[in-house]
Amino acid sequence: MAEITLVEAVNQALAREMSDNKNVLVLGEDVGIDGGVFRATAGLLDKFGDERVLDTPLSETLIGGVSIGMAAQGLIPVAEIQFMGFACSTIDQILNHAARIRNRTRGRLTCPMVLRAPFGGGIRAPEHHSESTEALFAHIPGLRVVIPSSPERAYGLLLASIRNPDPVVFLEPKRIYRLVKQEVPDNGEALPLDVCFIIRPGNDVTIVTWGAMTHDSLVAADKLAEQGISAEVIDVATLKPLDIETISVSVEKTGRCVIVHEAPLSGGWGAEISARLAEHNLFNLLAPIKRVTGYDTVMPLFRLEDQYMPSTDRIVGAVNEVLKFE
Amino acid sequence: MRKSPPERSGTVARFEVNFTRYLDANGKVVSTPLPRWANDPEVLLPLYRTMVQTRTFDTTALNLQRTGRLGTYASSLGQEAIGTAIASSMWTEDVLVPSYREFSAQLWRGVTMTELFLLWGGDERGSDYQGPREDFPVSIPVGSHACHATGVAYAFKMRRQKRVAVCCLGDGATSKGDFYESLNAAGAWHLPVIFVVSNNQWAISVPVEKQTAAQTLAQKAIAAGVTNEQVDGNDVIALRTVAERAIDEARFGEGPRLIEALTYRLSDHTTADDASRYRDESEVELQRANDPINRLKTYLIKSRMWSDQDDQKLNQECKQKVEEAVKQYLATPKQPSQAMFDYLYEELPVSLQHQLDAALISEDHG
Ligand SMILES: Cc1ncc(C[n+]2csc(CCOP(=O)(O)OP(=O)(O)O)c2C)c(N)n1
Ligand SMILES: [Mg+2]
Repeated sequence: MAEITLVEAVNQALAREMSDNKNVLVLGEDVGIDGGVFRATAGLLDKFGDERVLDTPLSETLIGGVSIGMAAQGLIPVAEIQFMGFACSTIDQILNHAARIRNRTRGRLTCPMVLRAPFGGGIRAPEHHSESTEALFAHIPGLRVVIPSSPERAYGLLLASIRNPDPVVFLEPKRIYRLVKQEVPDNGEALPLDVCFIIRPGNDVTIVTWGAMTHDSLVAADKLAEQGISAEVIDVATLKPLDIETISVSVEKTGRCVIVHEAPLSGGWGAEISARLAEHNLFNLLAPIKRVTGYDTVMPLFRLEDQYMPSTDRIVGAVNEVLKFE
Repeated sequence: MRKSPPERSGTVARFEVNFTRYLDANGKVVSTPLPRWANDPEVLLPLYRTMVQTRTFDTTALNLQRTGRLGTYASSLGQEAIGTAIASSMWTEDVLVPSYREFSAQLWRGVTMTELFLLWGGDERGSDYQGPREDFPVSIPVGSHACHATGVAYAFKMRRQKRVAVCCLGDGATSKGDFYESLNAAGAWHLPVIFVVSNNQWAISVPVEKQTAAQTLAQKAIAAGVTNEQVDGNDVIALRTVAERAIDEARFGEGPRLIEALTYRLSDHTTADDASRYRDESEVELQRANDPINRLKTYLIKSRMWSDQDDQKLNQECKQKVEEAVKQYLATPKQPSQAMFDYLYEELPVSLQHQLDAALISEDHG
C-alpha cells in the first residue's frame, strides 16, 4: 500500500465519506476545479460533480452560515475556510448558531456540519496565514474542536467528524500537511472523538500537545531519551470536549507536565488543561506545570516565525526545568 | 463567459424598482385589476383573522411583560400584514426562516401562541415547534439567518424538491454583510429563496436614511443580480399578490427575489425601549392612519364580506384563544437544570458529566 501525507489523508477521508453518503458535500473557496489551495479536495469535483463540490463566492460568513441551513435540512456540509485567519468573520455563525441550534430548538433542528481550516505557522506565508486560534473555538459550548497530527489520525478523525451529529471545527496543521507519510488503508474506519491519544509512552514527564507541535514534541522526546529521560507524549486530538482523564492519569504516573502549543500563552488551551490538572492532580504533581507556547505577541511575519514558535530546544528545556524539582 | 469592455462609452445597464399597491390607507382600490381572489372571502377572511389574532396576541404579550410574566418582547403592531401574506403564499413544506418580529407568519404556519409565549418567557421549548418542524427558530443576531435560508434553499435545489425558503428581515438587517453575502450567493446559485424585508423605517433608534443612502432597500438586490420589488407592507392584497408570484416563480426555477415591504413600526422597538427618546409622537400618529388591519377591514366591509358584528365576534374569539394560550404558558413548569445539558450535543460528552452532576446538586440545594 502506498504511503500518504496528512493532506492526502484528508482528501481520502472526504472522498470516502462522499462515496458512502450522498448527503455529504464539500464547499468553500476554490475547492472545485482547483482542488483547494492545499489540494485537500483535489479530484472530488470529477468524482462527485459540482453540486456536491461547491465553489462558493469569496464569502466566509456565508460559508459557515449556509452550511447551517444545509445541515438543518439533513445534508452534511464539510466547509473549507481557506486559512484559519479568515474564519473570524464566520465565528458569529459558528458560535451563535451552529453550536446552539440543537439546544435552541430542543433537538428539533441539528447541525451536523464540519468546518475545516488549515492552521498554524511555519510555512513562510503572509500575515493572517499562520495563526493558531483554536482556543477561540474550544471555548464554545456545543462545538467540537478536533485537530489531527498524522495521516492516520487525519483520516480516522475526519471520518468521525463527518459522521458526528454535531458541528465540528476540524483544524489541520498545515506545516505537517506533507511532512510525514504513513500507510492509511481506506477502510472507512473512524477513530474515536473526545479522547486523547498517547503517541509515545514514558514515565518521567508528560508532554501534552496537538497539531504540528506533536512532531516537535516527539523529536524533543527522542532527545530527552538520549539524556535518559522517558517522556510520555499525548496528542490531545479533540480539544473540546477535553479528555482530561487520559492526561490526568498520565500525570498521576509521571508527576510532571509540560504543555506545548503554538498559540499565545494567555488564554490558550494549555491554560484550561493546566487548570484542570491543578484540580485533579495537585497532590501528585512533583513540579509546577510548565507551558511552552507562542508569546503573547502578534504572530510575526515569517522572518521571525522560528523565534516565535516553540522549538524542540524550548521543549527540552522546559522538561529539564520541571525535572529539577525533587 | 469573461467579458471584454464595450467598444464605446455610454450606459451599459439600467435597473428598475417596481412598487405595488392595491388598497390605499382608506381601503379604497387604487389600482386595477385586482387579483381574482380579492373578491373571495375564503381567501381574504383567513388573512384578516390571522392579522387580528396576531394583534390580540401582541396586546396580551405586552400586558404579560408589564406585569412581569414575560421577558423582553418585540411588538409587531402595525406590521401584521406582511407575515400573514407571506406565510399564506407558502406551502406547508416550504421553510420559514423568520426574524423576531414575524409573529403573524409563524402563527399562520402553525406555531402556537403558547410556544411563542414560552420563548419570550425564557424557555427553549418555545422553539420546538410542534407544527412546522423544519421552520427555523427566530434569529436574534440580526441578518445572520439570511445565510441559513440560503443553505436551506441549496438543499432543496440539490434534491430537486419544489420547495422554497423564505427569510424575513428588517431594514437594519440590510446593512449587514451576511445579508449581502446571502443575496449574492442566492443569485449566483439561482436558489429558491425569497428575502422579505419588513422596512418599518426604524432599527431601534436609527431611521432608514441613516442606515443607507440607497433610495430603496429593494435595489440592494440589483448588485447581486437578484430580482427585486417593493410593495406596500400594509396592504395585504398587494403583499399577497407579490409574495405568491415570487414564491411560485422561485419554486419553479426562476431564482431568488428580494421583496421590500414598506411599513411602519408603531410600537417601541421592544419593551426595553422608549421610542419617545428618538422619534416624534406626531410621526407615529400620522402612521396610525395606515394601519393594515383597518385598511383590510374597511375594504371587507365595503365589499360586503364582513360586518361590525362579525368583527366583534372575531375579536372575542381571538381573545379567548390568547387567554387559553396564556393559561397553558403560565401552567408550564420551568425546565429542570438538566435541560441545560440535554441538547448541547446529541450525547453528553463524558467530560461534561461532572458539570451536570454539580448542576443537579446545586439544584437540590437551591
Ligand atoms: C447582529 C446584531 N446587532 C445588533 C443587535 C441589537 N439589535 C436588535 S434589533 C436591532 C435593530 C434591528 O432593526 P431592523 O433590522 O430594522 O429590524 P426591526 O427591529 O425594525 O424589526 C438591533 C440593533 C442584534 N440583535 N444583532
Ligand atoms: Mg426596522
